Amino acid sequence: MKNFNPESFINEKIAKMPPSGIRKFFDAASNMKDCISLGVGEPDFQTPWHIRDAGIYSLERGKSHYTANAGLIELREEICNYLARKFSLNYSANEVLVTVGGSEAVDVALRALINPGDEVLIPEPSFVCYKPCTEMAGGVAVPIETKAENSFKLTKEDVLSHITDKTKLLILSYPNNPTGAIMTKDELAEIVPVIKENNIMVISDEIYAELTYEGKHTSIASFPDMKDRVVVINGFSKAYAMTGWRLGYAVGNEKIIKVMTKIHQYAIMCAPTTSQFAAIEALKNGDKSIEMMTNEYNYRRKVIVDGFNKLGLTCFNPQGAFYIFPSIKSTGMTSAEFCQTLLEKKKVALVPGTAFGDCGEGYLRVSYAYSIELINEALLRIEEFMKELHEGDKK
Amino acid sequence: MERILEILEENCNTTPNQIALMLDMKVEDVEKAIEDFKSKGVILKNKSVINWEKTDKEIVSAMIELKVTPQRGEGFDKIAERIYQYPEVKTVLLMAGDYDLSVTIEGKTMQEVALFVHKKLAPMECIVSTATHFVLKKYKVENIIFEDVKKDDRQVITL
Repeated sequence: MKNFNPESFINEKIAKMPPSGIRKFFDAASNMKDCISLGVGEPDFQTPWHIRDAGIYSLERGKSHYTANAGLIELREEICNYLARKFSLNYSANEVLVTVGGSEAVDVALRALINPGDEVLIPEPSFVCYKPCTEMAGGVAVPIETKAENSFKLTKEDVLSHITDKTKLLILSYPNNPTGAIMTKDELAEIVPVIKENNIMVISDEIYAELTYEGKHTSIASFPDMKDRVVVINGFSKAYAMTGWRLGYAVGNEKIIKVMTKIHQYAIMCAPTTSQFAAIEALKNGDKSIEMMTNEYNYRRKVIVDGFNKLGLTCFNPQGAFYIFPSIKSTGMTSAEFCQTLLEKKKVALVPGTAFGDCGEGYLRVSYAYSIELINEALLRIEEFMKELHEGDKK
Repeated sequence: MERILEILEENCNTTPNQIALMLDMKVEDVEKAIEDFKSKGVILKNKSVINWEKTDKEIVSAMIELKVTPQRGEGFDKIAERIYQYPEVKTVLLMAGDYDLSVTIEGKTMQEVALFVHKKLAPMECIVSTATHFVLKKYKVENIIFEDVKKDDRQVITL
C-alpha cells in the first residue's frame, strides 16, 4: 500500500496560487500588545440596530427556511428600487441574483462568463480576489497598471493597449480598494466606446458606491446600450456595515443572471435567509444610517490624508471607499520593508501596496475604518518613525 | 455651523484644526464660530461622561416627579429656578403629561436623597406632590451606552 500524501491530491493550480499578502502582517500584529492596526478592510460601525432588529424579527417569526435560489422576491424588488433611486439603473427582479457577499457574485460572474484561455483585464492595484478567481475559472488575468499621476483611474489608452483578440472581460472596481480612486461619469464615458467597439463585457464591482465623497457615484451600466454588457455587483457589507451577514447581489442581462443563478444554486443554494430579511429593512429605511456613516468616514478621510501628506508620505486625494494609498517612495524602502519595520518599531500595522498587485510597490494601503482617536495615535507613531528614519539617514 | 456643534458634541476634544479639515473651513473661522457659540451660551461646558458604577465612589440617583402649582406671571420658571439652585439637583425638566417637573437628584446614600426630597423639595409651598424613583442601573446616558466597552473585535481577514 502506498503512503497517503494529501498534497498529491490537491489541485495543482490552486496549490500554486500564492496566499494573500495581507494576512501575513495581521497574523503578526494580532499577537502584539498595544499594536494599532489600520489595516482592516471592513467598517468599524456595527450594523444599524433597525437592520439587526429586522433580522432578529425574521427569526422570531420562524423564517428559517431556504429562500428562492435567486433570493427573496421582495428583496430583489427592493434592490431594483434602490438601484433606480440611487444610480439610475433600471432592472427587474428576474435580472437580480442575491449572493453570499459581493465576493460570491464576482466568482459566479467570472465562472459564468469565462471560457478557458479568455483574457480578463484587471486594473491594478485591485482587490485581491479578481486575479485568483479569474484563474480558478480558467481565464487569464491581464493586469493593467493604473498610476498615481492619473489618480489611479483607468484611462482609455490603458484599456486599448491591453486588448487582444482573446479579451473577453474588463473588471471595473470603483470606488477602488485599495486606492480610494473613483471614476467620474466623464471618465467612464471615455472608456464606454472602447468596450463597445471591442465587444467586451464588464464586471463592475460597485460595493463601495455609497462611499463616494465628492460628487455622486456613476455606474458604467447607466450609459446608453451598456446595461446588457455589464454585470453590476453590489452588496450590503460596506454601505450598511453588514460584513458578517454575507450578503451581496449581481444585476445584469437576464440570460447571464440565469446562468449565474445556475452556478449559485449548485454551489450555495441560496444566500442566508435572515440576512435577506435584514437587507430588505436596510434598503427600505437605511438611507439615514448610510448618511451618518459616510459623513464620519469623510471626516476621517480628510484628517488622515492631511496627516500623511504632512509626514511627507504623499497621497493623492481619494474620493471613495475608506482607504488611502500613500507613497513611501521618498523613504527608499520597499512597501514590505516599510510595513515590517513600522510594525516592529512602532507597533502600527499597515498593508503593503504590493498585496494588491506588483504596481502597488512603493505604496501602503491605510484604512480609515477606525476612530479619529486611533487614527491620530497611529499618525503620531508614524511621525516618530519617520523622524527616526531621517535621523538614521543623517548619521 | 451646526456641523461644528455635532462634531464637538460627539467629541469635545476635537481641535479647531481638525474640525477645519473635516469641514473644509479655515481654522480661524472655526475658532471664531466656537467663540461665538460659547459667548451666546450655545456651547455651555465641555465635560466627560463618567460611569461612576465602575469606580469606588458611591452615588445614588433618583428621578423625582413633581406636580407643582404654577405661579402667577412666572409660570413654572420661578419654581424651577428655586429647585435647580441646589447642587444635589442634576437636571430639571419641564414636562408635558401627568406631572410638571422632572428632577434628577444625586446623593451618597438613599437616605440622603430621601431626606433632600423630604426636607427641601416637598415643603416648597407650590409643590403639590412628589414621586421618587431611585435609579437602579444606568444603561445609556447622553447617547452613550454604559456597558458598551468599545473593543475592536474585527478579525484578521483577507480584504
